Amino acid sequence: MAKIVAGIATSHVPAIGVAMDRGMTGTPYWEPLFKGYGPAREWLAKLAPDVAIIVYNDHASAFSLEIIPTFLIGVADKFPIADEGFGPRPVPVVQGHPELAWHLAESLILDEFDMTIANEMPVDHGLTVPLSVTCGQPSAWPFPVIPLCVNVVQYPPPTGARCFKLGKAIRRAVDKFDEDLRVVIYGTGGMSHQLQGERAGLINRPFDTAFLDGMTRDPLALTRITHTEYMREAGSEGVEMVMWHVMRGALDDNVAEIYRHYHVPASNTAAGLMILENRSPS
Amino acid sequence: MSKPRDYESIPGTYVYDAARGRIGYALNMFCMSLNKAENRQRFKENEAAYLDGFALNAEQRRTVLARDWLGMLRVGGNIYYTIKIAFCDGLTFQDVAGMMSGVSKETYAQMMLTGGRSPDGNRHKDSGPVDTDHG
Repeated sequence: MAKIVAGIATSHVPAIGVAMDRGMTGTPYWEPLFKGYGPAREWLAKLAPDVAIIVYNDHASAFSLEIIPTFLIGVADKFPIADEGFGPRPVPVVQGHPELAWHLAESLILDEFDMTIANEMPVDHGLTVPLSVTCGQPSAWPFPVIPLCVNVVQYPPPTGARCFKLGKAIRRAVDKFDEDLRVVIYGTGGMSHQLQGERAGLINRPFDTAFLDGMTRDPLALTRITHTEYMREAGSEGVEMVMWHVMRGALDDNVAEIYRHYHVPASNTAAGLMILENRSPS
Repeated sequence: MSKPRDYESIPGTYVYDAARGRIGYALNMFCMSLNKAENRQRFKENEAAYLDGFALNAEQRRTVLARDWLGMLRVGGNIYYTIKIAFCDGLTFQDVAGMMSGVSKETYAQMMLTGGRSPDGNRHKDSGPVDTDHG
């Protein structure tokens, strides 16, 4: 049977991808951030998962305002790299996992999560930067990926509590898949940042620290953070952190924090990374 | 009529909600067209002519041509869309963020290097220097 073996949370700041693509990771500005990614890459390489579910948001790349899916799953066998307005990132095409993806789509819909299904979709920095952060710069990504998009661009995004419940449903679906696959799930975005308006540049380290701590101590309490609280405390784009709850919901109630990295700034953003492993007796 | 939203009390912030979605659609869809290299080229060659292909109102058109980044937000622009105009100009998110917050590129970059803009005093409109109300 398939099994979710671990969760990874990470920011997906586009400038992190640019820094890697242009060979700037050793500069004084970027070195402290990338140094902290080393242990996560080693951990993931050792774990060698068979497939990853990456929960992220599209940023006006695959989807415009024409159609705005709240939750979407990509079922294709491959996902090309999007041109976000300055040419596609020079990273490998993302291979999909259609069998598990279709199983998830069917299971989630019958479990009352009304997913949009995408057969064709380019993926942007929201998905590729987490891969770069955790896998480095391979000539091909080391595992297939199931993209799961959450709308956080058009207000309102789904609530944190709803995202957490989606994670639970993903867990139920994976547990029912009749093939021995070791699955990791990524929750991406955040942490505190604001890209717009006179208040651009907002960073809230105490909020982010409490959020990271809460992932193990009391994840349900975190799901009650309102959108307004995210925006007020963690910046208008900090609301992306609802996507971490999908990852957290898919894990055991008891998890162990394996690794954490937090650095300010990555461009306008507080970059966070956390690795969680299941700890409930099975 | 919808009621005023609690997030409207956050200073210097333009939440892309239903009201902004209704007025900003054409502006943002123009920005979306800049995902295609050939459209970026056409826009750069003749901005005014390119904009004629989209149903922007006069103020939206002015903000684009003037690169009035804050102004674009006020007429329904969404930052993930308007940033595509900045990419055409060779600017980054941080460049535009500095311009929107009214400080020099260097001042903004230094603020970020020293931990970013504090939420203290920036949680509520008309707030004093310290505000401990959590939403």
